[in-house]
Amino acid sequence: MIMGILSKKDANLILDPLADNNPITIQVLGICSALAITAELEASIVMSISVLFVMGVGNVVISMIRNIIPSKIRIIVQLIVVATLVIIVDLVLKAFAYELSKTLSVFVGLIITNCIIMGRFEAFALGNGVWRSFLDGIGNALGYAAILIIVGFFRELLGSGTLLGIPVLGDPIEKTGLYATGYENNGFMLLSPMALIVVGIIIWVQRSKNKALIED
Amino acid sequence: MEKKTDKNSYTVLFAIAMVVVVGSLLAAAASGLKPTIDENKRLEKQQNILYAMGVNENDETSANFVSTDVAPKLFKDYIKKQLIIQNGEAIEDTTAYLIDVKKEKTLAKEDGYDRRLPLFIGEKDGKTFYIAPIRGKGLWDAIWAYVAMDENMVVQGAFFDHKAETPGLGANIKQRFFMDDFIGEHLRFQGKFKGITVAKGNADPKNNNKTDNEVDAIAGATITGDGVSAMIKSDLKLYASYFDKLKTN
Repeated sequence: MIMGILSKKDANLILDPLADNNPITIQVLGICSALAITAELEASIVMSISVLFVMGVGNVVISMIRNIIPSKIRIIVQLIVVATLVIIVDLVLKAFAYELSKTLSVFVGLIITNCIIMGRFEAFALGNGVWRSFLDGIGNALGYAAILIIVGFFRELLGSGTLLGIPVLGDPIEKTGLYATGYENNGFMLLSPMALIVVGIIIWVQRSKNKALIED
Repeated sequence: MEKKTDKNSYTVLFAIAMVVVVGSLLAAAASGLKPTIDENKRLEKQQNILYAMGVNENDETSANFVSTDVAPKLFKDYIKKQLIIQNGEAIEDTTAYLIDVKKEKTLAKEDGYDRRLPLFIGEKDGKTFYIAPIRGKGLWDAIWAYVAMDENMVVQGAFFDHKAETPGLGANIKQRFFMDDFIGEHLRFQGKFKGITVAKGNADPKNNNKTDNEVDAIAGATITGDGVSAMIKSDLKLYASYFDKLKTN
């Protein structure tokens, strides 16, 4: 479907980061936020959407001013662009979507420090046109989102027995559903180390399917 | 040849221009949106206070406030009195709910300042609720709550909130399964103020025992839970003398 609208080269900008050039599992960027907020599926989804927005717009802005940025202070300029974007979005949400802004406040700081964003600014937007930078931003954000949502899904399901806050395995206190058979929630899934282990398993699966990804 | 953008003079000029542009952009956004944001915060306080005394639109498991368009009217209808308690005296003040508990706590650290304590008295279905705002520290940032009590300091409802606790762990203090556990819990123990401890390894996970001064903790949120216990102990204690007086009168 994507192929119909975009040239093959452009389509790859979106498709590559979803699999063989995934920002988390291959480029190993953005690990910290993947640990911090994946205990719940909902938080993972909200974070994914936020990053999608900031990456898309940020890449466009950087690409637009790429020819006038002094190379000596380019990292500072990138940081300021992303911080400004995030703060403005936060203020607008606080004024017009107050409830949503409260859910998001946790993520604001994490977005600014997300190394995927800085990484893509530096590696792509500084050297490419606006449209291609936009696609690259969207692609990488989607790749990031995919991993976040997979990790969030398993951590919430196995850790709390719920998905998006809805109990799906029965009631752990009343011992109904799956809990009647003696199944217990694994509290360890809620702690950050398990996010690393889940990401590790994804990396393992991905590399055993595509041997070309294995480094020597 | 050296590129234009590599020159020092260009770099400095660019930096100055960028600071001016970004600075004014942010300042304009912040001051332009401030009135709307402040209004949102005011309505939220009213919603929180009403929530604590049971005026809300809860469905089965999720906590829902009354909508912002009706909050000011309901607040007027249900909250009969707003008090400011200072130096042991209670004075009526209809703007007591706007008191910034955070500022009061900071001021109280200095000598000679007795904190202004807001207390809201609400009535619903013939029952009287005393609602107190409290504030403390969680794992990452501030946590706060509105606790509704009856005249014997038995909790009738509570609303907890936080600035930046971890989603899925500490952030769950604002979930109903945690907040509702406080309903019916006694803050006094054998007549004296004791508080409510968020206890790990609680032998009473279904919270049937309401006089043990304990509620069940959330797994993986030890520090947030300790923060909740601490703020209940320190902040609600300040109201204890008011309730003692209430009893003798």
